[in-house]
Amino acid sequence: MTSLGSPDELETLRKSIIKSRDPNKPCISICGGTGCLALGGASVINAFKRGIQEQGLNTKVDLRITGCPGFCESGPLVVIEPNNILYQRVTEEDVDQIISQTILKGRVVDKLLYLDSKIGKKITHENEIPFYTKQKRLLLANNSRIDPNNIEDYLALGGYAALGKVLSKMSPEAVIEEVKKSGLRGRGGGGFPTGIKWQSCREAEGDTKYIICNCDEGDPGAFMDRSLMEGNPHSVLEGMIIGAYAIGAHQGYIYVRNEYPLAVRNAQIAIKQAEEHGLLGENILGSGFDFNISISRGGGAFVCGESTALMASLEGKVGEPRAKYVHTVEKGLWDKPTGLNNVETWANVPLIINEGADWYAKIGTPKSKGTKIFSLTGKINNTGLVEVPMGMTLGEIIYDIGGGIPGGKKFKAVQTGGPSGGCIPESLLNLPVDFDELAKVGSMMGSGGMIVMDENTCMVDIAKYFITFLEGESCGKCVPCREGLKRMQQILTDISEGRGKNGDVELLERLSAAIIDSSLCALGSTAPNPVLSTIRYFRDEYEAHIKDKRCPAGVCKELITYRIIDEKCPGCGLCVKACPQEAITLVQKKKPVVLDQDKCIKCGACYDVCELGAIEVK
Amino acid sequence: MNIEGKKVTEKVGSILGNYQREKGMLVSILQDVQAEYNYLPKDALMEVSQGLDVPLSRVYSVATFFKSFSLKPRGRHLINVCLGTACHVRGAVRILEKIERELGINPDETTEDLKFTLETVNCVGACALGPIVIVDGEYSGEMRTDKIIPLLDKYD
Repeated sequence: MTSLGSPDELETLRKSIIKSRDPNKPCISICGGTGCLALGGASVINAFKRGIQEQGLNTKVDLRITGCPGFCESGPLVVIEPNNILYQRVTEEDVDQIISQTILKGRVVDKLLYLDSKIGKKITHENEIPFYTKQKRLLLANNSRIDPNNIEDYLALGGYAALGKVLSKMSPEAVIEEVKKSGLRGRGGGGFPTGIKWQSCREAEGDTKYIICNCDEGDPGAFMDRSLMEGNPHSVLEGMIIGAYAIGAHQGYIYVRNEYPLAVRNAQIAIKQAEEHGLLGENILGSGFDFNISISRGGGAFVCGESTALMASLEGKVGEPRAKYVHTVEKGLWDKPTGLNNVETWANVPLIINEGADWYAKIGTPKSKGTKIFSLTGKINNTGLVEVPMGMTLGEIIYDIGGGIPGGKKFKAVQTGGPSGGCIPESLLNLPVDFDELAKVGSMMGSGGMIVMDENTCMVDIAKYFITFLEGESCGKCVPCREGLKRMQQILTDISEGRGKNGDVELLERLSAAIIDSSLCALGSTAPNPVLSTIRYFRDEYEAHIKDKRCPAGVCKELITYRIIDEKCPGCGLCVKACPQEAITLVQKKKPVVLDQDKCIKCGACYDVCELGAIEVK
Repeated sequence: MNIEGKKVTEKVGSILGNYQREKGMLVSILQDVQAEYNYLPKDALMEVSQGLDVPLSRVYSVATFFKSFSLKPRGRHLINVCLGTACHVRGAVRILEKIERELGINPDETTEDLKFTLETVNCVGACALGPIVIVDGEYSGEMRTDKIIPLLDKYD
């Protein structure tokens, strides 16, 4: 590949790629994202490769390993183009049938279609599945159309056109103005206006400037950045190059979690391909603008998602945050002006440049523009990534897209914003989701984790979970966070183990206020949110633990007992085998088993193996 | 544990070379060293310190700050139990406890026969499949306590 010397050469290449592709040629797209691979996607991919070879279809069918389209619940996912047929939960054994029926004869394999349980009908086409129809997939849609390791796929869909436009027709100031006008706000959690950040960084004194892409997606239960970086890394690179041009930076870094090996790999490949095409490096597209990107891998520290801690880590130091009296746009990495945005923010930039700020600003609510990707997880039927316009209600996301709660259980709460966010109760399901509305109810947007909880989730346990997480992840630099969280964790542990006292809830509230007021960085100052929001909406659960020594959801080990429901137990003996304590005995064949409470360690092994629901937790 | 001096110098030297001996790449360098030895041996940390001209105290503080580094030799197989929120609400703690009971070790410990090391991870971003256990980089989703023994039996 010869390096592209101008935006015109880029357009010529694009035209030739599109011309060389036959839109009617069958293409088998298989999700190669972490989720589908974990479900056995790799063996499906290999089976297709083998099958195509055996049938001699190499020239007649394209095989594309794509990024994650988001519908992780039904993986491994296979889409057959040009007819947009979606096959879900595909196994190795199904591959021959897909090739012989769909590819060779154009017939649909009925058993692999998605069943819409609401209307009791099978759905053939990907774009008709309810999980997708209510979404607005401006960023995610391309994940399933692109092989992330093939830059030509991205170019064929208009990739790097925004970069060409910026370098040939726009001044850095005009780019910043456009981003400002679009209303784009940082997707990493803070929601700070991106254009203003860029402007401050451009205006900051100094010749050497840096930009950083934050892919240290540390919020447990969030994986949208992973998915974008794995599935469409060039869109992130393009956003970064445009940002670097606007700010005046010549070196950029992608800071990515080491827990995301595939994202690291795909980003590395994408950088190399962009360099070979003259889209990164010296004299990009003949414009005279130079810019390079390096990848730096994190070491598994949640606090490194905080900008100053991330920069410390990039300098090879311990990831401790510093006070931000001087902003990082003035003194950031190596004390130079630094523009840091997260993956999803960068991926929005080419879209804004291509479609225009006015178009972008029409999507969303008055103060939150565009779409937001959420990772919908927990007790929900359709786990996966959903991209919706800002302002959609929680209820629509959970019920219309997520398909509600499995197993006929009752919805209890949805947790947004990761460990810095809060739990939102059923009464607020009509809340439109945007930066400001979530903050009003004591939670936050965060990076976009959305964890659904049902009646079997204990809110005291959830508060304890997050505080334990944060206590472990606190870098230890400042006292309120380091010591305050430890005290809160002790109190919550006491409550969950039946040692709660009157006044504990009030003490938690006072400690929270002190930690919020006096912590240095956002990890500390938002840490009490999970406790405060659960106290605010689920105080009765705290009181049940403290006063009645009871866990209403049946989670807190010290406060629950397992019992055999005699009427439902046929005495099959499965639980007897599963019990590690020999606490369950089969007294007589076909008679209910007997559980010795003194021996029971409440491990739940019996509950897991019993398929008849004959074991209850109270 | 003492490893042969010359070999360490060579191996660490080539890792440092991959990063042009850039001080800022310390975290990535330590990751590669750990990938080589399965943990961070003292000799290797000293080599990194000298090779980058960074005080050993700094290398040590970084090596102990980040969760993914281990200063102790780890077992042949690394078990990671995901304790992310999505896995947590689906019962990850009971899965972890089951593995602890089976192996007789706590998280961050290694079995006496150096077969397994048990660790926990905050989220691997495959939340649809929770609870998840990862052994040697291979994901097993939708875990239940009764699936643990068959899973562990696969490794020797």
